[in-house]
Amino acid sequence: MTSDIAAILAIDGIATGAVYALVAIGTVLIFTVTRVIFIPFGDIAAFTALTLAALDAKRFPGTGALVVILACLATLIEIISLLRASELRLLPRALLFYLVLPLAVVGAAWLVMRMDPPLAIRLVLALMLITPISPLLDRIVFRPIADGTVLLLLTVSVALHFALVGLGLLFFGPEGVRTEPLTSLSTEFAGVLISGQTMLIVIAALVFSGLLYLFFDFTLVGKSLRATAVNRTGSRLMGIRPARAGTIAYLLGSLMAGVSGILIAPVNTVFYDSGFLIGLKAFVGAIVGGMTSYPGAAIGAVGVGILESFASFESSALKDVIVFSLLIPILIWRSLASLHSEEEIEE
Amino acid sequence: MSEMFSMRDVTVCYDNVEAVRNVSLSVEEGQIVTVIGPNGAGKTTLLMAAIGLLASRGRMVFQGGDIGKMSVEDRVERRLCLVPEKRELFSDMSVADNLLLGSYSLRDRSGVQKTLDEVYDRFPRLKERQRQAAGTLSGGERQMLALGRALMAKPKLLMLDEPSLGLAPLIVREIFRTIASLRDLGVSILLVEQNARAALETADYGYVLETGEIVQSGPAKDLIHDPRLITAYLGGH
Repeated sequence: MTSDIAAILAIDGIATGAVYALVAIGTVLIFTVTRVIFIPFGDIAAFTALTLAALDAKRFPGTGALVVILACLATLIEIISLLRASELRLLPRALLFYLVLPLAVVGAAWLVMRMDPPLAIRLVLALMLITPISPLLDRIVFRPIADGTVLLLLTVSVALHFALVGLGLLFFGPEGVRTEPLTSLSTEFAGVLISGQTMLIVIAALVFSGLLYLFFDFTLVGKSLRATAVNRTGSRLMGIRPARAGTIAYLLGSLMAGVSGILIAPVNTVFYDSGFLIGLKAFVGAIVGGMTSYPGAAIGAVGVGILESFASFESSALKDVIVFSLLIPILIWRSLASLHSEEEIEE
Repeated sequence: MSEMFSMRDVTVCYDNVEAVRNVSLSVEEGQIVTVIGPNGAGKTTLLMAAIGLLASRGRMVFQGGDIGKMSVEDRVERRLCLVPEKRELFSDMSVADNLLLGSYSLRDRSGVQKTLDEVYDRFPRLKERQRQAAGTLSGGERQMLALGRALMAKPKLLMLDEPSLGLAPLIVREIFRTIASLRDLGVSILLVEQNARAALETADYGYVLETGEIVQSGPAKDLIHDPRLITAYLGGH
């Protein structure tokens, strides 16, 4: 391998890793706030790419119908739980959040789409349509078992991923899509040609990570999410509702996954089931960060991207094997590291 | 004085075991009421039920409204606050952020900075350490932070679970001085303590809890001279 090829592979790896980093950060966010390892984040990213492709082809995406069905289900479950708890005074708010808002988003997207909007608006529409899915799934699937063990939540999360893959096939069909590049610019750096799309991916990852950092450090809502992650009982004693914190975390996480889906769509052909590998590789990155550290998850995800890039050059067929084999030493290292910290606490 | 908080025949169960049985007590406005008793008597359980972290049977009234079925968060929004035995601080976050989160439940945010200044005036040590992570504070400072964080919510009733636990005698005195001074702010206090002498010296009224039941109650100044209590809890012979 020459240094030129190594540089190209490294740049390619950083770009792929940046996409994984966005999903990994979303995964850490959801896990720390709700204890759910949200495997379907990769599916959310893939669905965003499919949504954007449908909008580009001037078709109303299947996402609309999916959101409507999930909104109706979530509303029904919320009404039943409010009736059981004799809390009917909360009904108007529940209807607003679980029914009116998601339906308004779908309605607005449907109306705007008929006006043949430019690419920037289509990007916003795709993100708008995709963001309600995770909070609605949270209400339907995870809220009733919120006090369950991490293992139970993970098992349900895996099952939910398979359900979503099926729904993806139903709503988006079996065809793969590849959207137009968001920019046709390119530049040369140290003798290596870097495409505008690659730069856009890295810049978007940096900007969204930066925005998330500002949100956590400078807003009361951001701090309340951190507090819920650090100490659930303590945050409840401050009046912070874990369910609400969870909804905000799912919204933000979906947005990150959505952005990564938009960024990856022009680079890779995305199918209804492409999300699994994206989510799993982001998960490996998140594990490097111990599932709790955002910078750790981002660095881990970029590392996974670079490793994948070099692995696919050496042996395209074995690239996923190489990446997932990385999990074993990391898990051993992590378990040893956490054993040490427990001993320290006992002392 | 009007009644701020009351419990009537409150029972709390862990599985099928009754940890607290038919407890009735009340706290008047601006009053400091203490519940003393030995380890395992159910004191912490009582406060956990009062804030809603544990389910209970019986009637609980706060400022005239029944709060028995309310969530923890709804009770906090009504300005009923608990400083738990474990403090439950946000250890990775700064002292300033911990205090700010104390005010999370307040809808009117205009007075938050003023309240923060007042907390810093009351606990200058917290101001010195405002950028430091809460997890790096000493035991006494952590208790000050837990108290300060609760005060940020402008509580009407402040419930304190073993505020002196694990602290040096000098710090314990300082904490109890602070608790007594909160009376001037018009905050009602329900204080649960194993350090019975310090608690009765600070409180207006006291209850004695043994094996989940109230066995004695009366003005704190009477209880402190009660021969049975002196023998059992106040270190007398």
